[in-house]
Amino acid sequence: MSEQSGEPPRGAGPHEHAHPDAETYLRVAAALVVLTVLEVGVFYVPAFRPVLVPTLLVLSALKFSLVVLFYMHLKMDSPFFSFLFGAPLLLATGVLVALLFLFFGTLTLRGAAGAG
Amino acid sequence: MTHAAATHHTSMGLDSRKMAFWAFIGSECLLFSSLISTYLVYKGRSVVGPSPHEILNIPFTSVSTFDLLMSSLMMVLALAAVQRGDMKWGKIWLFATALLGLVFLGGQVIEFTEFVHKGLTLQTNLFGCTFFVLTGTHGAHVTVGVLWLLTLWVRALQGKLGPGQALTVEITGLYWHFVDVVWIVIFTVVYLIQ
Repeated sequence: MSEQSGEPPRGAGPHEHAHPDAETYLRVAAALVVLTVLEVGVFYVPAFRPVLVPTLLVLSALKFSLVVLFYMHLKMDSPFFSFLFGAPLLLATGVLVALLFLFFGTLTLRGAAGAG
Repeated sequence: MTHAAATHHTSMGLDSRKMAFWAFIGSECLLFSSLISTYLVYKGRSVVGPSPHEILNIPFTSVSTFDLLMSSLMMVLALAAVQRGDMKWGKIWLFATALLGLVFLGGQVIEFTEFVHKGLTLQTNLFGCTFFVLTGTHGAHVTVGVLWLLTLWVRALQGKLGPGQALTVEITGLYWHFVDVVWIVIFTVVYLIQ
């Protein structure tokens, strides 16, 4: 089960490279479990309250990256696939951040106007 | 070259099916980001309860998250087995992936039923509306993934899936892992950041 995949996968093009071996997959799974335990642990520890949101976002981003890089093989595959995934992801994140600024910014302005 | 083993390379040397599927996943990013944005924008604006901290069950959802992460591991092991022509393990891992997907869906049905009994429905408040649409859309994606996996498993049982079709398994895996990464975001944004 743990043999090294030395050759490109069957049906792969010349720009696609060998996938990781089973041992790498198991290590990534272990890391994902540890990160999930940390996430839930941080949620329950009151001392983390002031930094809860950034900590959870960082842990979540790490898990996201591990799955995308190793399980979806973006680390080894053509950079064009990374572009096809990364560009919409960037746009999606931008839309999310813009909407949050738009709505919460409006709330702040309304609050300021009301206070004035 | 048999039809099943035929590859469809573009002028860039990349498989056209895989390229198209990555473009599809990119479009799915936009779909889920719009749903997550809607959830976040309306968060805390419900006039009536129940609110997230009153109803969300973190230990239960943590187990579901663990289940989905393990299903991703099963998926890559299935792909590795099919690529090396080990169809015995290929079938086992494919079925295990589908089974863990079904367990996740079962958990979601239990969760939704519990919420409805506690008075949270699609019409109750803004939280209920955005929560059910977001997690329900994800659940629909998991359902499609399970059906896809079971189809591959049946084809493997019939002897119609082998190393020549490894790319088909890889594309199925891309879909399954995408469903997993979406859940990683939902678990953090909806469940843990209340």
